[in-house]
Amino acid sequence: MHSRLDACFAAAREEGRSLLVGYLPAGFPTVDGGIAAMRAMVEAGVDVVEVGLPYSDPTMDGPVIQDAADAALRGGVTTRDVLRTVEAVAATGAPILVMTYWNPVDRYGPARFAADLAAAGGAGTITPDLPPEEAGPWLAAAAEHGLDSVFLVAPSSSDERIERVAGIASGFVYAASLMGVTGARAQVGAQAAGLVDRVRAATALPVAVGLGVSTAAQAAEVAGFADGVIVGSALVRVLLDAERRGLGEQAALEGIRALAADLAAGVRGGVPASA
Amino acid sequence: MAALDELTDSYDQARADEAFTAELDDLLSTYAGRPTPLTDARRLTERIGGARILLKREDLAHTGSHKINNVLGQCLLTRRMGKTRVIAETGAGQHGVATATACALLGLECVVYMGEEDTRRQALNVARMRMLGARVVPVTSGSRTLKDAINEALRDWVATVEETHYCIGSVMGPHPFPMMVRDFQRVIGVEARAQMLERTGRLPDAVVACVGGGSNAMGIFHPFIPDTGVALIGCEAGGDGVATGRHAAAIAGGSAGVLHGMRTYLLQDDDGQTQVSHSISAGLDYPGIGPEHSLLHETGRATYRVVDDTAAMEALALVARTEGILVAIESAHAFAGAFEVARELGPDATVLVNCSGRGDKDVDTAARWFGLLDADAPTRA
Repeated sequence: MHSRLDACFAAAREEGRSLLVGYLPAGFPTVDGGIAAMRAMVEAGVDVVEVGLPYSDPTMDGPVIQDAADAALRGGVTTRDVLRTVEAVAATGAPILVMTYWNPVDRYGPARFAADLAAAGGAGTITPDLPPEEAGPWLAAAAEHGLDSVFLVAPSSSDERIERVAGIASGFVYAASLMGVTGARAQVGAQAAGLVDRVRAATALPVAVGLGVSTAAQAAEVAGFADGVIVGSALVRVLLDAERRGLGEQAALEGIRALAADLAAGVRGGVPASA
Repeated sequence: MAALDELTDSYDQARADEAFTAELDDLLSTYAGRPTPLTDARRLTERIGGARILLKREDLAHTGSHKINNVLGQCLLTRRMGKTRVIAETGAGQHGVATATACALLGLECVVYMGEEDTRRQALNVARMRMLGARVVPVTSGSRTLKDAINEALRDWVATVEETHYCIGSVMGPHPFPMMVRDFQRVIGVEARAQMLERTGRLPDAVVACVGGGSNAMGIFHPFIPDTGVALIGCEAGGDGVATGRHAAAIAGGSAGVLHGMRTYLLQDDDGQTQVSHSISAGLDYPGIGPEHSLLHETGRATYRVVDDTAAMEALALVARTEGILVAIESAHAFAGAFEVARELGPDATVLVNCSGRGDKDVDTAARWFGLLDADAPTRA
């Protein structure tokens, strides 16, 4: 079976480039504001959108994503709003993944979540705290609705662990570039390239690298060895800064477009002068 | 996951190694003050007018609570794994103080994450940890209490796992923590069971303990689980009352979910967002509960009651005046529950209460509650 993600990676490969995945949380600064920002980043060259489901205890996230998720939750964002966001952004044609901690899905009901996510036009999920050992019921529900299930590996993952994750993952394997939480880093871990090689030895699935990538130069560097480049905190920071400085929605969207365009140039091997 | 696999392997090897268990036993007796005594609470028994009440005196263990039992085990394990740095979360500060103590003893670097709200209400313990050489990091994210301190410790751990052990303070978190912490706390129940047989000639009719994450309860319950005639009763923190929504009773007022790497009962809303817990006791102010307690609840082997702030504080005052023991507010929840149980069972029965910690750290909170400070108006009459 070929999913929308498979097609998207294949198309990027045809162009001889890596694919760009952009993350923003639903509901920040508002549900509609989040939708507008996600659409803007797709227009500017992001290939796949990761819609974050804001969660009260985001143990894998650094302060930038925590702040945005907290604000979204204070604003009253619900799982329903996340699905509405998926539906609105899927209209752009880009594959949409929901990045979520497990408890909100558990509470919603995994089968119901899979059905509603598919109905909203979503392409799949990324579930950082769902261990492969516990993923059976979710994988069955996701497969029934044609959703891809992306899982993470880290530099500390053993080869056995990588094989186990690769054996159940679909769409791509998310390789965390370093040991730590989300957030921009001056350098993307040197461990990332080695981890990508180890994943490739275990699977034919594409490998996308996330954690720490914030600039076009870093995107270009990672694109040199990975099939996909995932950027989150750097994009979220643009929205947070605009919010804090009271710049208004148009300026925030321009900021998102500018960064997304830089990153899109990066994954095409070019580093624009502005980077 | 790699870190948890490594920990599981190391712990499995350590507990099968006689040298490791001998060193831990030696520290427990020559350093931590074990075995802790069993006290016949005669005046309290008379005052309540029900079953004979006996107290397992974990408040007399070094650092003032049962927390030292677990921490000595985990810090020895840290050294065995070749790690040099220990991180911990703390609510009331008892686990943080115990961790700082064990790290000082074993020459390990120590960082304690504590919700900013808790650093205020347990300021004495913050100073104690710093005296012992630990770095205390006030956590300002989320609700600024225990659950957020755990989040921050987990974030530290993923970035530092090569040289750092995360010394979790209760029977919670991902495997192997609930099992390992229970094993290190079992010594409470093993001692108490033998002491009860020696003192009273039989097993108690009920064992009562307070439950936040639930390590003191799991420690005293576990050796009694095969003794089906012994009722095991956990006391959750009811805060302002379960009906108000301002409480920390995961079993009485929560539902099944996943938090901090465990499937258990927890306080959550319809979308699976963790709800903020409330209790006058910082040590019980946690929206989840150790998964083995959820199991004991579902199998019916243990039962769980709710004790609200007012009942706990009344128990604290009564125990102080009848027995001359100023207990921790956490432990006062167990006493309040035990008073009910003692009245229900009547004078022929015996009730064993886990007096899990001493109350020095809570004097400020208690003084404000009862209006004992000359400068303050009472918060409650």
